[in-house]
Amino acid sequence: MNRENHRGFRFDWITIVLFLLLVGFGWLNIMSASHIGEIESYFDMSQLYGKHAVFIGLTFVIIVLILSVEAKFYERFASIIYIVAMLALVGLFIFGKDVNGARSWYGIGSMTLQPSEFAKFATALAVAKYMSDLQTNMNTLKDQLKAVGIIIVPAILILLQNDAGSTLVYASFFFVFYREGLQQIYLAIALSAIILAVLALKFGILITAIVATLVIAGFYVFRRKKRASILQSILILLVCVSFSAGVRMFFDHVLKPHQQNRISLWLRLEKDPIKLEKMKQEEAYNLIQSEQAISSGGWTGKGFMQGTRTTGKFVPEQETDYIFSTVGEEWGFLGSTLVVLLFMGLIIRVLFLAESQKSQFSRIYGYGVASILFIHFTINTGMVMGLIPTVGIPLPFFSYGGSGLWGFTILLFIFIKLDSNKINEW
Amino acid sequence: MRKLLLLLTVITVGLLFIARLFYLQVYKKEAYSLFEDSAIRTVYDYPKRGYVYDRNGKLLVANQPSYDVMIIPREVKPLDTLEFCKLLKITKEDFIKKYHRANNYSPRLPSPFVPQLSKKDYAVLQEKMRKFEGFYIQKRSLRDYQTTIGANVLGDIGEVNQRIIEKQPYYKMGDLIGNQGVEKSYEDVLRGVKGIKFIQKDRFNKNIGPYKNGRFDTLPQPGKDIKITIDSELQQYGELLMTNKRGGIVAIDPSNGEILALVSGPSYNPNLLVGRDRSKNFTKLYRDSIAKPLFDRGLQAQYAPGSPFKVVNALIALQEDVMSPEEKVSCRMGYYYGSRKLTGCHHHKSPVDMNAGIAQSCNAYFVTAYRKIIDKYDDAGNGMNIWAKHAKSFGLGNYLGYDLPVGQKGRIPDGDYYDKAYGNNRWGSTYIVSNAIGQGEVEATPIQLANMVAAIGNRGYYYTPHIIKDIEGDTIPKKYTTKRQTTIDKRHFEPVIEGMFDVYNKGTASTLRIPGIDICGKTGTAENFVRIDSVYTQLTDHSIFVAFAPKDNPKIAIAVFVENGYWGSRFAGRMASLMIEKYIKGEITRTDMEHWILTHSLENEYAKPYSGEPFKINGETTLQVVDKVQPKKDDDVNNSINIDPNKPQF
Repeated sequence: MNRENHRGFRFDWITIVLFLLLVGFGWLNIMSASHIGEIESYFDMSQLYGKHAVFIGLTFVIIVLILSVEAKFYERFASIIYIVAMLALVGLFIFGKDVNGARSWYGIGSMTLQPSEFAKFATALAVAKYMSDLQTNMNTLKDQLKAVGIIIVPAILILLQNDAGSTLVYASFFFVFYREGLQQIYLAIALSAIILAVLALKFGILITAIVATLVIAGFYVFRRKKRASILQSILILLVCVSFSAGVRMFFDHVLKPHQQNRISLWLRLEKDPIKLEKMKQEEAYNLIQSEQAISSGGWTGKGFMQGTRTTGKFVPEQETDYIFSTVGEEWGFLGSTLVVLLFMGLIIRVLFLAESQKSQFSRIYGYGVASILFIHFTINTGMVMGLIPTVGIPLPFFSYGGSGLWGFTILLFIFIKLDSNKINEW
Repeated sequence: MRKLLLLLTVITVGLLFIARLFYLQVYKKEAYSLFEDSAIRTVYDYPKRGYVYDRNGKLLVANQPSYDVMIIPREVKPLDTLEFCKLLKITKEDFIKKYHRANNYSPRLPSPFVPQLSKKDYAVLQEKMRKFEGFYIQKRSLRDYQTTIGANVLGDIGEVNQRIIEKQPYYKMGDLIGNQGVEKSYEDVLRGVKGIKFIQKDRFNKNIGPYKNGRFDTLPQPGKDIKITIDSELQQYGELLMTNKRGGIVAIDPSNGEILALVSGPSYNPNLLVGRDRSKNFTKLYRDSIAKPLFDRGLQAQYAPGSPFKVVNALIALQEDVMSPEEKVSCRMGYYYGSRKLTGCHHHKSPVDMNAGIAQSCNAYFVTAYRKIIDKYDDAGNGMNIWAKHAKSFGLGNYLGYDLPVGQKGRIPDGDYYDKAYGNNRWGSTYIVSNAIGQGEVEATPIQLANMVAAIGNRGYYYTPHIIKDIEGDTIPKKYTTKRQTTIDKRHFEPVIEGMFDVYNKGTASTLRIPGIDICGKTGTAENFVRIDSVYTQLTDHSIFVAFAPKDNPKIAIAVFVENGYWGSRFAGRMASLMIEKYIKGEITRTDMEHWILTHSLENEYAKPYSGEPFKINGETTLQVVDKVQPKKDDDVNNSINIDPNKPQF
């Protein structure tokens, strides 16, 4: 009996407090960013912050449900949850609703639900389930491909719904794979690919080829042991060059103009000042506005509900994807740094807990949670501050919206439940 | 190692983001100001500009409302264009053109549709305005001159330019600022302080409401009315006399330094610089480089003062004790240094004492006196410095410090000046005798001369001339009520004043006496030169006259300067005499003298240098006679510009 009692209170309170702080602070900022006219009631359902307050209320219901389910349930039903989530994504093509060109929502009465937000935790569960299977060996290409298959399916479904930002999130599983024993060579390939892509876009294929040749030649000459054959080196070089060319082609012919512009602005590719100005007007309006809003905050910010840009709604989508600009303007350097630290704290705490799991499933899932939160946080905040090209994904726990909030809450609290159960596992 | 990848990435990214925040919010951030916040619209509430009255309380400058019909194209709803066009007195084509122009500028921002409606059109339109959505009437305040005189004194207001905005951040684009005259020198008093409202706007530039419930808003403070020292009747009379001539008249009340009249010819109607045609008219006035109507000849024209300056030399000679009033100097039609004639003179009785010297304006007498002053000291430079110190104590040779925005220093040379010109100690009193008779290096403006005679009339002191008499709810600056002493003792003035009295009694101005008023004056005739096609050419002499009256306790000190008026008593003397009579008696008894002035023009004289043909000077041609000039009426706007608009402009 004692033991039963104990089990109930083994939830990691640090994570929960960090979660509550983020949700609470997020709601204050949504209130500031979205209110129209005077604030009469915090639960004014005609206003976004009122609706969000209801979403937060429902979140607690969800949390209680998640925590009261037996921990083993998640491992056992991971595959079914995954399949249901995938079906929900597929169903969008038939029953979905178009919003801003993306077919990502189900309309239920006046409410909308975005299944891609729920696909994340489902995928994390499936990946954990598959990789923790005794028969899975991540050192074999076959199993690697299977694992990649699990994440590729939702990624492609979401991409087909025109939601490129959410697709990017699935790249975060790389961290999980790597942690669980993916060969070093993949990390090297991933890093090389990123460097090659940036080089190819910024300096063109010729310079990229020259750099690649020099680097590979350097390796060839200085790596005394296990000297690789010349043929192999040349092969690698060819792959590099064709990859660069591929990136270039992809950029020029596959990407849509607005995506090209965003990347071009980020890498400062455009040199013609007139075209640049036009590009800025078309693509960088949000970015310029959000940078100005953040910048105008100064050390301590203008104060809650006092941001002139926030009040004037200068930054589009400032209660969803651009909510961090409101933090920047109204709470200044101190407030925004605090938010960054809260996110870092939460992610690191989840990582720390994941490492302490005895069950492989829990550990892998925890790693997935940390990776997904991290990629969201990095892309969203980086974009709002102008460090990363514009990609539309929400800031976890902060951005307005029921699906997003619930999706992240479920993601996190399944892990809290798993963690609380580690005492029973050995 | 594998465990650390994500952890290290998280920490790296976190630190990178904090660094970026620091860069954006602390390093790059500029000082925050509500005025520069693009999310805040600043709306100004303009106060009433202060009125300007003359010394007798006559209203000279008031305000008039002006009504602009404004349009916000986006908010325009279908309307009865026929009726609207009829009310605005425009055609339908105009309407369409104006609409498109406004729409091209901005569909959201207001722009002027029909500027400056008349009061009558406004009255009719106002009642029907609510029918026309997207249009509204904006009231602006313009100056309303109740008079046609004194444009140079009153000045005008115009929109500020970028340079002013940068220097004085109070002014914003489109604000009005005093441009000349008292509008400029009393700008701070007249304009008041505008009120400010901060309004929160959204990204569509729409107003949402007052920023922080108007906590930072301020109310406008109305401008103060001022009373100026000008006697508008005397000013008007002076401008009438100056018609068809060029020059300046400055009349000062010696007992307090108040400027009674400040005439500059040619003048223009101040109403020209109000309203829709302001910039067109201003350009016309500005570009007239021959008549220069914007050049205030009373304040800015710097000429050799000629004979009036002799009285200062007489006073200095007495103060330095190098001459006595009784000492006689003989004149052989000029001053001789050895056998060399340094200065010529006209025919008069010889020898002369001080009284006759002044009355007859004898050059030889003053050269003698002047040389005695300089040679009293071992070193000519020293003597020159002492002399300059005395002369400068009359307000000559430097800015007087009056409260009008333009002026000239004039020139009183000192020892250094000639050391530079001739080399140290390589000159002596004989080099510079022209200064004795107001030629040479001495230069002065009419207001300096008027102030000089005021100091003589006061027997040794003056008040800094000024144009401000009263500021509503305030006092005028102390420097205008402070007596300033000359370096000449009071006792030395009487013999000199007697001499100036005899100028009228029996001397060069004996024809200009006014029955019942004792006037003391001094004629002057100054040579002048211009460069015509790079040939140094002499023009007809300038006519100069200074006077004060009455002889005891003077009420008016006056300097009149008429360009190319030939000799002192011919134009300037007559005008000074008429001005004095007008001021003291209030009416003119010598109508024939007035008639002479009003029917004689110098325009032909002024045209000579531009004719391109050889011409003769100094009265070799007969004087030009014109129809008698009629006084201007205050409400007459068009009959006002004394310059011919058809004249070619250079």
